[in-house]
Formats: sequence, C-alpha cells, structure tokens
Amino acid sequence: MSKVRVLVGTKKGAFILTSDGKRQNWDVSGPHFAGWEIYHMKGSPVEPDRIYASQTSGWFGQITQRSDDGGKTWNPPGSKPEDLVGPDGMPKAESNKFVYEGEVGTHKWYDGTQHPWEFKRIWHLEPSLTDPDTVYAGAEDAAIFKSVDGGKTWKELSALRRVKGDLWQPGAGGMAVHTIILDPKNANRIYIAISAAGAFRTDDGGKTWRAINQGLKSQFELPDPDAEVGHCVHRIALHPSRPDVLFMQKHWDVMRTDNAGDSWREVSGNLPSDFGFPIDVHAHEPETIYVVPIKNDSEHFPPDGKLRVYRSRSGGNEWEALTKGLPQKDCYLNVLRDAMAVDSLEPCGVYFGTSGGQVYVSADSGDSWNPIVRDLPGVLSVEVQTLK
Amino acid sequence: MIRVALPYHLRNLARVDTEVQLEVPSPVTLQAVLDALEARYPVLRGTIRDHGTLRRRPFIRFFACKEDLSLEPPETVLPEPVITGAEPLLIIGAMAGG
Repeated sequence: MSKVRVLVGTKKGAFILTSDGKRQNWDVSGPHFAGWEIYHMKGSPVEPDRIYASQTSGWFGQITQRSDDGGKTWNPPGSKPEDLVGPDGMPKAESNKFVYEGEVGTHKWYDGTQHPWEFKRIWHLEPSLTDPDTVYAGAEDAAIFKSVDGGKTWKELSALRRVKGDLWQPGAGGMAVHTIILDPKNANRIYIAISAAGAFRTDDGGKTWRAINQGLKSQFELPDPDAEVGHCVHRIALHPSRPDVLFMQKHWDVMRTDNAGDSWREVSGNLPSDFGFPIDVHAHEPETIYVVPIKNDSEHFPPDGKLRVYRSRSGGNEWEALTKGLPQKDCYLNVLRDAMAVDSLEPCGVYFGTSGGQVYVSADSGDSWNPIVRDLPGVLSVEVQTLK
Repeated sequence: MIRVALPYHLRNLARVDTEVQLEVPSPVTLQAVLDALEARYPVLRGTIRDHGTLRRRPFIRFFACKEDLSLEPPETVLPEPVITGAEPLLIIGAMAGG
C-alpha cells in the first residue's frame, strides 16, 4: 500500500510526518536538528530515501544535511569513510561551502547604492529528477548552486547573476533564489524565481539565463511598466505533464504563462485578495491550482481572520473557497511560499504549513482539511513524498 | 594544550561533550587556534568564520580571561593563561534577537 512522508522545515528544527495512503493517522518524528532553522528538505525522486536538508542559523551559518534512510539518520554529505578527515573523523565541510564564482559583484541595496553579494543561507534544495547525486540549491543572496556529488561540494551557476544582477534589490524578506523547477521533459531547462528580482529560465543547463517577466505588472514597486527585472515573484509551479504552463503567485497578482514564461497574464479573477505566497498544482488535474490569499503586503494574515485555500479548476480566474476543517474566525497566521505541496495519490492530497505551527492535510483535493499537527514551531517549508 | 569552549550547537556538530583541547604551534594567535580547531573538526568550517573571507561571523564572539577579543585582529596573540591552558578560549553565540 502506498505511504506518504511529509517533510516539514520549521524555525526550530525538522519534523517528518508519515501515514498510509488514507492519510488519517500520522506518526511524527522530530525535532531533527533541534534549535536550527530548517529552510527546506526535499527527497530525490529516483531514490526517495535520500533526502537533502538545509540547516541554517543566524549565528552559525549554513549546514547541508543528507539522509540516505528516509530521514532516520542524517549526516553532512561527505561522511563516507574516505571523505572523513581529522582524528575524530569529521566531514571536510565542503558541503557547507557556498562561494560565489569569480568576481563577487554587486547588486542594488535598499538605499539605491550598489552592495556586494554576501552568502547568507540556502532557501531551497531541488534534487535532480534523474540522478540522486545531483542537486540544486537556491541561495540568499540570490544565486543557484549545483552539486553532482550528493551535496559534498557545490559550484555556482554564476551566469544567472549576470542577468542584470546589478539591478536586483532585496525585499523585506531578503533576496533569495527560493524556487527551482526542473523541466521534466527538457533536462536543460530550469526555471528559478527570486523575490524582488523576478523569474528566470535557462535552456542550456545553466550556462546562460534570461529573465521571463514579460506581462508582470508591479506598478507600486516598479514605475517602468516594461521593467525586465525587479518583480517580486513569490512562487511558481507547474504540472509535470505540461512544463510550458506555469502558474505564479506574485507579491500581488496570480499569473499564468502558456509559453514557458515568454509572456504572462493575470488570472487572479475573483480571489478576495491576490496577495499571497504559495501556489501549487493538483497532481492529476493540470488546470487545478491552489493559493492561500493573504490580506495585503502590510498585514500578512488571511482576510477577515478566515483561513481559506482557494482552488481554481479552470487554470485561474474562477476560484472557490475551501474552508471545511479550516479555522473560519480569529485566524491570523501566514503560509509561506515553500510551505505547500501535493502528493500523487488518488485522490490528490494537498498539504500546507503555517506560521502558527499547524500542518494541514486534505486527502480529497482540498474539499476538506484536517490538522496533522497543531503546535510545531513556525513552518518554513512542506514537501511530500508519495512512497510505494 | 589550548582549551577551547564551544557553544551548544557547535558542540553538537563536532560531536563533543566538553571543552576541546588543541595542539597549537607558537605564536598562539586567535587565527592559529581557529585554524587548529577547524583542522581537527572540519565540520566547524564556515560556522565560526566565513568560508570565503575567514571573517568572524557577526553573532560569534571570542572571550578569554574576562576580555572580549572579538574585535581584535586575527593575528593577536592570546593571553598567557590561555597559552598555558589555565584558561579556555570561549567561543560564544552572541545574545541576539528578543
């Protein structure tokens, strides 16, 4: 029978939630890496028991962790006997070394001056769809790194920062590559998104990149209606069967492209607010998408104190509120951009985690919801693995 | 032997329960102690000093003999009681946040 494993990154550690295919009874393990911020965990699609984790701290910097047994035990990559050095057999710590390639360069600072790139943390880890040793990492300050040795060493795909990087400017949440999407039909195509810079695409495996922001409107932040970069993209998502169709939750506006990002159009439709962070696509219905509207950019909580996931079955524009099982009064939490995921069971399961420490599951494509856990630390990310 | 006291999370990373003791060649500077510490516990590379620049991370502080050495240059020779092993070098996660 199928199982699901939910990987939850929080502000104070990692938690792993497991259930059978009914998704009613759950086992909770954790906290792993207690006391550390776990920005993201994600398993390899080809070796699901291999899971990569980004462990980070304002004090002690970035640690990369890897499990090869489904999250039971963890080690920094480079922990095989031949990789260990020192009398106590410690990993070399190259797995934590994210160094920008070449001249570091500068980007736009809050006061309009230029400011050097400074590595802060890894927001997102995206394992290869075909090779368990290949994994991509999205960094703050914004850059993408690649490892081809299971996370032991990392190399920046630095051409990304040459796409007008001097004009990128951090938003209130920093300036990070927070989304990495690997095209399942074209191994050379990768989409990434950066808060306050925009969405970008490579068609040659990262050698060159281009901005894909035509059609985005950010009139309050960017007076130039044709600005190529500077758009605050919160999240993009696609369905594997149609990798040229992407959905975007922007700072304001929910957007859609049908041509791999060459042009975007707004599909916010009847949403109560088109501000939000996550967006995701149903596992079996490419036109069914989910967002969590947030009141506005100054009040990061749901409108009217009602936690509502909105679902469109038409690829946008027409949205319905999903409320069954979700708090419909006095609810003032947020759902961050990497904190929503879907499983591939039938019916499709939808999951999201909140800043209040709840992780909700819907085992019926969003029709009804139940909390798996209620009292974790604030949730930074949620990923789901569907296991045979 | 030079004694070094690590903060809780770095002790966990290095898998040590107590102070660590290091052989450090003379002159015993802050940099020499950190070099020896990272050579013995490579997993700590990047957690105390930036990987690329080797600058102290902003919320890491160095104390010894009731003195704050955090802002001293890396080539500063440590106080005699640290060199003799009478006192430890304290590596501390700064109080920060709310």
